[in-house]
Amino acid sequence: MNIPPTLPKGRLPFSISGAAAGFKACVPVALGVAVYGVLYGLLARQKGLSLVEAQSMSLLVFAGASQLIALDLWSPNLPVFSLIATTFIVNLRHVLMGAALAPQLLRLSAPRAFGSLFFMTDESWAVTLARLTHDRRRGAATDGAYLIGAGLAVYVFWNVSTALGHVLVRGLDDPARYGLDFAFTAVFTALLVGLRPQKADTLPLAAAVLAALATARLCPGKWYILAGALAGGFTAALIPGGGAAAGDAAGAKATATTRLESPDIEEAKP
Amino acid sequence: MSPLATSLLTILGMAAATYASRAAGLVLMSRVTPGPRMQRFMRAIPGAILASIIAPSALNSGPAEALATAATALAAWRFRNLPLAMVVGVAAVLGLRQLTF
Repeated sequence: MNIPPTLPKGRLPFSISGAAAGFKACVPVALGVAVYGVLYGLLARQKGLSLVEAQSMSLLVFAGASQLIALDLWSPNLPVFSLIATTFIVNLRHVLMGAALAPQLLRLSAPRAFGSLFFMTDESWAVTLARLTHDRRRGAATDGAYLIGAGLAVYVFWNVSTALGHVLVRGLDDPARYGLDFAFTAVFTALLVGLRPQKADTLPLAAAVLAALATARLCPGKWYILAGALAGGFTAALIPGGGAAAGDAAGAKATATTRLESPDIEEAKP
Repeated sequence: MSPLATSLLTILGMAAATYASRAAGLVLMSRVTPGPRMQRFMRAIPGAILASIIAPSALNSGPAEALATAATALAAWRFRNLPLAMVVGVAAVLGLRQLTF
């Protein structure tokens, strides 16, 4: 538990090998994404989107949930404003995800940081976060290109699978038949276990789970992620530290620094 | 405007909205120096997001999903290998759904 409370400042390396490591680590998850890319391509064709339209959306928007929801709203007389507004709202969770990566991204040049963020998805964010906390626990820095490498893996698989779904596939309309709908739950469960939550995280996590469950019942779409994240965050902010060691501000800070920081989920091993 | 131009402009608008959400967190954090409360908030976010993503599918879908989530967690804890945990989860849910239906 001897973690340096602050990391050395200064620019991070941003290397091809760092990007390759991120890419490789994210490939298994990107395969799961591809199942939904095929589904998206297929549904887009059924909704009457041309290949150019479906593929432009995957290349430019690159956000699975909002693209599938957009298909739902898509109609001959395009509801332009509600499509754009819904997309923004569905993606609000990215604001918190980007903020959580800020300590790493602030150590990159602006073009590199903001370029990497274009490729940030739920999946590449979570895989990168696991790597960051793993490295930080050893006192090591993570290559700045890891996030964009992981994001590019998702990008390549998402776009190739969009085209496949639109052009080729005729039959995969129900990933649940093969249990593939559960792949994401499994991945995110493994990543959460990798964070090795401590006793002090119990209340924030419970608040997140309860808020997410309640919101999922009440609202369609992905609001439940944002609601759960905020509930967990505010609970942690309101309950200083937790546990006997966290009597004063410094103790609370040390507890907070050490707890959610030890993932041991390694990358894909051959 | 042709229908294709309209839909491509709409897609560009959706792309801008998505990118804004991706960039906003970093923009905010580069302007604010978080105090202790804000730091606790931010440190809780990753775990809270992961738990929230999992919660409805794990706890609100049925016994097969709940048990498969437990199996995944156990495999992740034991083997510390992401692809393996994913395979265990998918296999478990497939098998358990056969049993519960």
